[in-house]
Amino acid sequence: MSLTAKDKSVVKAFWGKVSGKADVVGAEALGRMLTAYPQTKTYFSKWADLSPGSDPVKKHGAVIMGAIGNAVGLMDNLVGGLSALSDLHAFTLRVDPGNFKILSHNILVTLAIHFPRDFTPEVHIAVDKFLAALSAALADKYR
Amino acid sequence: MADWTDAEKSTISAVWGQVDINEVGPLALGRVLIVYPWTQRYFGSFGDVSTAAAIMGNPKVAAHGKVVCGALDKAVKNMGNILATYKSLSETHANKLFVDPDNFRVLADVLTIVIAAKFGAAFTPEIQATWQKFMKVVVAAMSSRYF
Repeated sequence: MSLTAKDKSVVKAFWGKVSGKADVVGAEALGRMLTAYPQTKTYFSKWADLSPGSDPVKKHGAVIMGAIGNAVGLMDNLVGGLSALSDLHAFTLRVDPGNFKILSHNILVTLAIHFPRDFTPEVHIAVDKFLAALSAALADKYR
Repeated sequence: MADWTDAEKSTISAVWGQVDINEVGPLALGRVLIVYPWTQRYFGSFGDVSTAAAIMGNPKVAAHGKVVCGALDKAVKNMGNILATYKSLSETHANKLFVDPDNFRVLADVLTIVIAAKFGAAFTPEIQATWQKFMKVVVAAMSSRYF
């Protein structure tokens, strides 16, 4: 389900509003994922505190959202642009790619909470498609 | 089908108690039809679903959204017995309506997003976790008669 020109412009416009709160959104999405989908904790077993709002969750949520923000600028070539990150997730972190969908859902929940008026159905479909394309690019090098 | 602590039961009732079925049902079903357009295949008799505006303004979509949320009410009121509560609805969706059961999970996720948008920060991670456990059980019960 490739990104149309309209999808890309809707995502870029919406991300203009999100980017000021990107760290907060990232931290919250990660915290929600770890709480609502406890099986995902397996990938963060080295952290002392996996609760929402904890330091490692806040820090890493910001890292993830920063990478997603970069990907907004790479929408014309997500596979190429995310190649190194794909290697990392495939061979070092070995994250089951099914989890990308889980994190994407929690990002959508967080966006709906923080931007209730802007997260219209039209924005929802574009962002959902973008996150799905991003997830596919992130899984590209797995095998 | 699942064990519920008293805290979980009261969280789910509290969330549901603040949901207006007549508002949230249409919003959630409309959003599913917009975000996942292939789901429109099940609603051929509903008239114009050609644009997002048409979907959100379509009275049949709204009416059916209310029906679906009304059925959720049964689960909230029978939390210890969700599997039995949905036995015949599951059979209808499997054997008469031929609905792909993956759609139950899709609707549950979109409903969660619509509720989150309404509640804002009050929909805490912990409340989300309990609500999603409830959604998972409902989806499993709706899928239970497919095999």
